[in-house]
Amino acid sequence: MATFNLHINGKQQQVDADPSTPVLWVLRDNLNLVGTKFGCGIAMCGACTIHVDDVATRSCVLPVSAIGSKKITTIEGLSEKADHPVQKAWMEKDVPQCGYCQAGQIMTAAALLKKNANPSDEEIESTMSGNLCRCGTYQRIKAAIKTAAASL
Amino acid sequence: MSTNAFNRRRFIKVSALAGGGMLLTFDLLNGCKPAVSDVVTLPKEWYQLNGYLKIGDNGLITLMSPNPEIGQNVKTSMPMMVAEELDVDWKDVMVEQAALNADLYKPMQIAGGSNSISASWEAMRTAGATAKQMLKQAAANEWKVPVAEILTTNGMLSHKASGKSAGYGVFASAASKLPVPEKVALKKVSEFTIIGTSRKNVDGQKIVSGQPLFGLDYKEEGMLIAMIVHPGAFGQQLKESDISGVKTMPGIVDAFFVDVYPEKLERQWSDVAAFPKLLAIVGKSTWQVMQAKKTVKVETEPIKPTSKKMNVFGTDVEMITPAGPENTAMHKEKMMAGAPSRTKTVRKDGDPEAVFKKAATIIERSYSCPFLAHSTMEPMNFFADVKEGSAILTGPVQTPSFLEKTISDRLGLPLDKVEVKMTRMGGGFGRRLYGHFGVEAAVISQKMKAPVKLIYTREDDMTNGVYRPAYYATYRAALDENKNLLAFHVKAGGIPESPLHANRFPAGAIEHYLAEEWDIPTNISVGAFRAPASNFIAGAEQSFLDELAEAMGKDPIQFRLELCEKAKSKPVGKDNDYEIDRYAGVLKLVREKSGWGTPAAPGVARGVASYFCHRSYVAHVVDIVMKNNKPVIEKVTTAVDCGIVVNPDAATNLSEGAVTDAIGHAMYSAITFTNGVPDQKNFDGYKLIRYSEAPKKIETHFLKSEVDPTGMGEPSGPPAIGALANALYKATGKRFYDQPFFG
Repeated sequence: MATFNLHINGKQQQVDADPSTPVLWVLRDNLNLVGTKFGCGIAMCGACTIHVDDVATRSCVLPVSAIGSKKITTIEGLSEKADHPVQKAWMEKDVPQCGYCQAGQIMTAAALLKKNANPSDEEIESTMSGNLCRCGTYQRIKAAIKTAAASL
Repeated sequence: MSTNAFNRRRFIKVSALAGGGMLLTFDLLNGCKPAVSDVVTLPKEWYQLNGYLKIGDNGLITLMSPNPEIGQNVKTSMPMMVAEELDVDWKDVMVEQAALNADLYKPMQIAGGSNSISASWEAMRTAGATAKQMLKQAAANEWKVPVAEILTTNGMLSHKASGKSAGYGVFASAASKLPVPEKVALKKVSEFTIIGTSRKNVDGQKIVSGQPLFGLDYKEEGMLIAMIVHPGAFGQQLKESDISGVKTMPGIVDAFFVDVYPEKLERQWSDVAAFPKLLAIVGKSTWQVMQAKKTVKVETEPIKPTSKKMNVFGTDVEMITPAGPENTAMHKEKMMAGAPSRTKTVRKDGDPEAVFKKAATIIERSYSCPFLAHSTMEPMNFFADVKEGSAILTGPVQTPSFLEKTISDRLGLPLDKVEVKMTRMGGGFGRRLYGHFGVEAAVISQKMKAPVKLIYTREDDMTNGVYRPAYYATYRAALDENKNLLAFHVKAGGIPESPLHANRFPAGAIEHYLAEEWDIPTNISVGAFRAPASNFIAGAEQSFLDELAEAMGKDPIQFRLELCEKAKSKPVGKDNDYEIDRYAGVLKLVREKSGWGTPAAPGVARGVASYFCHRSYVAHVVDIVMKNNKPVIEKVTTAVDCGIVVNPDAATNLSEGAVTDAIGHAMYSAITFTNGVPDQKNFDGYKLIRYSEAPKKIETHFLKSEVDPTGMGEPSGPPAIGALANALYKATGKRFYDQPFFG
């Protein structure tokens, strides 16, 4: 066990965890931030996507010891009132079915738009293809990203 | 809202409300979850007019959503049916997940068979209409006017002649004390103002902001984390061995073998589980338990063959489990040989054997598909808190009432001491019809004497599956020298069940028709998948019809419509399981909307298919272009007849999802076995359709209908496979018979 001081959603948080513990489980088990989801544990589905210094990152394979002073943002910290342009677009297009993968989809999309407010179809496609949606809401994800991009 | 308000909540006894008596017994623990927005002003007092709704003194309405939510959006669409008849403004409505209550919510709180909306269509509307009538009566009593003169709209009662009006909240208390009317009139379709309009997901904001909704998110004070280790291979069982090493791993509280399903326990159909004995590892944090689990080496031994009777909805079904390791190569060989000793004729019209003998041409084609894993994004999990004399379980399950019964039987507790609470599910697709993971959680909690959350890793989820069976079908058609269709023969089977629905189209359209089916037992656990069996047989049948149309020199839609005409004007046989006008209706609609018959853009190839299942009718036209020897799905045009569409945008989303789901699995997915061990264990080996491979565009058209709603979650999937296969043929000149087409 070791103690880590993490910068999460604009706050300093102290956690005791084994250094190998993936950030996903630190968030879910230690910090009660369960919006970041467990899907595969091998960075193949994207359900666990968070931002590490604004870069979309799979938290299920990221050891807590690798974070250092980097800033972590989770779905809970993306906005205070679920009013980030991507979240608003997701609601407007009523994207979710089961909803389980959507926090990861939103975090991936938000990081993309932060980097490039007007991404091409090809950029959207290559970025979003790392996030699985088993319900098959891909058409709506595309529509929501376009809506969010237009609002930026 | 405060717990104080719960304590002060009224209880009203209500009987004979609808659907054979709904008794009002509300669960207080269920909580009040504002779905509209957190800024609504909550009432001081709620009044329950029946089990489906309560009305606040300020006019706010809470509607109960009885069925499990797996992403089919019933938590929005089902309460819409109550709101319609209650005559309330949807913006004043909050929705709560109802507790499990078999006496109250009919016919059953289950997510399966695309049944939720259609099965509750009468009950939910009656609940709304009954409450509205009680509110009207309360106002009539107070205003001293005839009840028939009172009008309702948007949560307001009014009486024109006297000029009186008041909100529902004003009369909620008085209404709650009135007798429940035995008969109420329901609205005509033309009077609907909510049903047929698109309403957004009531949990949308919570989902996009990452709030705890799912079973995996559920926590309680003092809760331990549990994981399982299973034998790893089907046909094997765990042998108890020394596991002391794992107990000393960091954070591990205990490890022990559990007999989840002892042999003497009578299993229900929902208790499919290949591994009745497991090793449980219990610890303080998920990561620590995962680490300990990786170090464990379990010992296994071969199972013995068994044959048991299982009660499946009142019918005794023989469940044969052979011993021995199974392999995919062996499965394929066996399916190609069929199973002559286990083959039976399930439908025969005319004299097909004789007609085949004199045919000028016989076309014969065979189709196959592999086992599939459900791969819900939320892996199997369940919370259990088992105490001396009671058990509370919370988590994602499509069959909560069945789980409750099994827990009661397994723990030896009376049914009323077992409570199963429903959480939102991160996908179902049939996997969570089988609640063995709930039983596992309960047995582990009982042993630990502590609340426990059981979590499957993705590897556990994929290798301890209740898979979609592997299927195989051979179609034959007899043509005369003028290329007229004389006879049709389908012989289909699978491991371990047949996919055939012998009385579906084109049965009834062909004078000489033969349908046979066979099955081959397995020790691999299998069960329902989205659109069980149809998810294979529709693709096979519709591909064959396409090939047949080509051989007969006919347009594929025209060919199907001619068969429809025959089934309508001179139906063959008695048990035809479809309404032919609705079948033809979606074909005509898709022909019109897809631009069928007009030239497609250069490089675009088109395929069509249609199918009836889960009481609904769907036809698709799929447009593809080939790039690097792989299809890019440019567009899917969908025509659906599911009767009245309660929530059109949500239904569209569901249909789009079913299309993507079906195309994805047909293109890419397969579970294969080597000596009983699943070869795919996670999403690196098991391929699911991704954003880049999904249809670029799906256009969904609903047939305008006043028929009561029929199924929606499943019917759009199966024909998408046929339409894709037929488009692939047009694009490549090659027929695709074996799924996955690009595995």
